[in-house]
Amino acid sequence: MTATVVVTGLGIAAPNGLGIQDYWSATLSGKHGIGRITRFDPSGYPARLAGQLSGFEAADHLPSRLLPQTDRVTRLALVAADWALKDADTDPAQRPEFDMGVITASAAGGYEFGQGELQNLWSRGSQHVSAYQSFAWFYAVNSGQISIRNGMKGPSGVVVSEGAGGLDAVAQARRQIRKGTSLIVTGAIDASICPWGWVGQLSTGKLSTSEEPDRAYVPFDRDAHGYVPGEGGAILIAEDADTARERGARVYGEIAGYGATIDPRPGSDREPGLRKAIEVALADAGADARDIDVVFADGAGDPAGDLVEALAISAVFGDHGVAVTVPKTMTGRLYSGGAPLDLAAAFLTMRDGVVPPTVHVEPCADYPLDLVLDEPRRTEVRTALVLARGNGGFNSAMVVRATR
Amino acid sequence: MATKLFALEDLKRTLREAAGVAEGVDLDGDILDTEFEVIGYESLALLETGSLIEREYGISLDEEAVSEANTPRAFIDVVNAQLAPAQAA
Repeated sequence: MTATVVVTGLGIAAPNGLGIQDYWSATLSGKHGIGRITRFDPSGYPARLAGQLSGFEAADHLPSRLLPQTDRVTRLALVAADWALKDADTDPAQRPEFDMGVITASAAGGYEFGQGELQNLWSRGSQHVSAYQSFAWFYAVNSGQISIRNGMKGPSGVVVSEGAGGLDAVAQARRQIRKGTSLIVTGAIDASICPWGWVGQLSTGKLSTSEEPDRAYVPFDRDAHGYVPGEGGAILIAEDADTARERGARVYGEIAGYGATIDPRPGSDREPGLRKAIEVALADAGADARDIDVVFADGAGDPAGDLVEALAISAVFGDHGVAVTVPKTMTGRLYSGGAPLDLAAAFLTMRDGVVPPTVHVEPCADYPLDLVLDEPRRTEVRTALVLARGNGGFNSAMVVRATR
Repeated sequence: MATKLFALEDLKRTLREAAGVAEGVDLDGDILDTEFEVIGYESLALLETGSLIEREYGISLDEEAVSEANTPRAFIDVVNAQLAPAQAA
């Protein structure tokens, strides 16, 4: 018998809201967090909008011991993990340390910290480079710091597959729980809105150069022309269902199915891998297309990527066959953090019976999708599908289900 | 005896700047002979602290001696061993 894996805690840091309540009420009311970059002067760059977190002061949440050694992304991840553990109502100090692990995803690591130390190196000399640069920039740093702070010594690691990584990390968490670890802190936070990080993101040529916050990132719109990056994501507490039940935990739902594929090489005439990822995830969940009540789409925001996704969804569910939403139109694309935030939104959707809207989009009629536009849609949701793609051909799909 | 060139107050100030203070630790308590591990500083924190002292005082610390100094008193002695000749020169 394969163990059932459930989610019992959520920690949310999104450009349109910090914490579950702020994020969810903003998201249901269509409030977005996209604006001109304030963390540095963007006037010399072709893309100038981002989804930035506001009101986050690390020193309010973390001891000063952690500040000199952490990038902004890790501070956010540590605090989101604290919130998620609190939401799960479990105290790591009361659990066996080798029975808890941390598996997150990362697309960039600690870029702002790295930029500062490179500036120190080239302007002041190697003696001025922080010893903490040895790990503060690294992809695995969020997992490592969460593990140290909470005394979690079980299976841990990091998954790097750009935008798909958030689902891949949760899938890896599920594998480790099925192998016998009772709790894994998972999900992802990415945040690299600094000049060095920005230049790296610009290199893909996929960033929106629009200056209008409400028209810059419009997936499935005829005017789609790129995406707005954001910072943040969500940390989830995944637990073995039996252990969670024994301690009387409140359960958001089950990680029921997962599929991942890699696209054929560019220029190939073979079909892109997204449809297959969806079918694998459905089969893994023992679910039929009819069981899915809503799809949280990846929402690339460029015509080619949107077409691939619209065709994959309609191939599996039929034309206009399932409700589709892209709440990340309110946050921008958060790289690894985007899909865990969508998972959190899917659980809250199941809890409240309300699908959050896609905003700013006038859907292109060529895409046969039933998009939930502008206003939230009230409907019972028992099973949801979350899609995520990563630059480089990564496709991942995850089915989450309300527990009976 | 010469006055201490680098004293506990200097070390505490540098620790705060280089590595911060852990939850539940009071640097103003009686820490002179408390092991660094007990007050939340591992080798990397001490490396960073040593680096800051080297920059501030224009000296070079003996890396092996720094890594073996496991209390504030021992660390202060390592710094003063370099500082005294540097200032005498």
